[in-house]
Amino acid sequence: MVELLLILISTVFVNNVVLTRFLGVCPFMGVSKRVETSLGMGLAVIVVMTIASAVTWLFQYHVLIPLDIEYLQTIAFILIIASLVQLVEIVLHKTSPALYQALGIYLPLITTNCAVLGVAVLNIQKNYTFIESIVFSSGAGLGFTLAMWLFAGLRERLELSPVPKCFQGTAIALITAGLLSLAFMGFSGLVKS
Amino acid sequence: MLTAVLGLGQIGLVAAIALGWAAKKFAVDVDERETKIRAILPGANCGGCGFPSCSSYASAVSAGTAPINLCRSGGSAVVENIAHIMRMKVETSTAQIAVVLCQGDDRKATLKYHYLGLHDCNAANQIAGGPKLCPSGCLGLGSCVAVCAFSAIAITAHGLAVVNRERCTGCGKCVAICPRHVIRLAPATATIHVLCNSHDKGGVVRTYCKVGCIGCGLCRKAVPSAYVLDRFLAHIDYSHAALAVLAADAIAICPNQCIVDFTKNYPDDRLLHPLPAIPDRPALVTDDEKAQR
Repeated sequence: MVELLLILISTVFVNNVVLTRFLGVCPFMGVSKRVETSLGMGLAVIVVMTIASAVTWLFQYHVLIPLDIEYLQTIAFILIIASLVQLVEIVLHKTSPALYQALGIYLPLITTNCAVLGVAVLNIQKNYTFIESIVFSSGAGLGFTLAMWLFAGLRERLELSPVPKCFQGTAIALITAGLLSLAFMGFSGLVKS
Repeated sequence: MLTAVLGLGQIGLVAAIALGWAAKKFAVDVDERETKIRAILPGANCGGCGFPSCSSYASAVSAGTAPINLCRSGGSAVVENIAHIMRMKVETSTAQIAVVLCQGDDRKATLKYHYLGLHDCNAANQIAGGPKLCPSGCLGLGSCVAVCAFSAIAITAHGLAVVNRERCTGCGKCVAICPRHVIRLAPATATIHVLCNSHDKGGVVRTYCKVGCIGCGLCRKAVPSAYVLDRFLAHIDYSHAALAVLAADAIAICPNQCIVDFTKNYPDDRLLHPLPAIPDRPALVTDDEKAQR
């Protein structure tokens, strides 16, 4: 139990996917202009990451390893995650229109997201058990959402601030992201992992 | 080698079958009228109709829960097209244009203090009622510019919001965001306006603005049918039919030059500033395409 809690905290804060692992940077920059949309995206990432990690874990240990084709891991995972996200989108559209309204537009964005694939691969590399990998991936999703949420809040404030001309737009966004990452470095003393 | 090819092929096949099955099983019927309406709406997502985006307005119209004539940005052409798709009759509404009822830029109006905060009118207005002595004049910090989906508003070099009458679609976004209520929607056909928004008495207005309406009532005396005097502020009665001809007679009379005809005596220096580029908008449906339907 303590072990699981440690995994969760370390993925959310210490090894935050975006701010320390450098994964999923494109949605981090792209969908972070409004707090509302960033939370929607974050929620979708949490859902997809957890499901994708569970399925790819099962796949790795029950299909790839028995068939002795582990070297196909990357391409097989891409295939699985892409079709899984499509499946989730189709099912959501029919069964829960409200949830589809909230998450729907973000789901296609996540299909080929490197953070989702990265977390699925990390699960295998770290030799996590099934439960551990689920905790790890939902923690990674939470960390992604936290980073997005903070960043979107900062960018909303930035929009109203008098930014010098040479810093406007992407430049100031990248600088802000860098400062946020620096701030998250402060967590690195928290857990050893 | 063979295992790899077969294995991956199997995965792909299973995924494809599962997706195909799901797409059939969980298919959602989309009203084809909705797709058509979405295609002819301007796509600027200005929110003037009261819906957050053009596509949500399209779905509301096709579901029959929203009237067809709410898209003011698209003008009568869009309303006609929607009416055609929905097989409804057109109820025309007159086109409107936003007007900034203020001429008090930094050369004409007196400042209360020097403002250095957030570049936003709503923020500035919360600090002792804004940096201008006039309680209702334009602050010129551009909250309306930021909210305009059609790039129809610009701030002049002297800090005054000016609406481009060709680009403005009358969506009303700027009217809603302005903390001073200095922007109004007026009929597009009305080109003459009293450009002041202050209800203060004449003596007070004179202390802070060189071009404010002092409520002297000379315009109303000259053309009683075109002007209305309301708490020391004159404004045009837009409902009057022969407005354009009548109202012009009072322009020269106004002691503070508050009455402006956009087609004649509008100062050129307010127009000599670059407007931001127009964002891309999908083309409206042409008459040929209409005939095909």
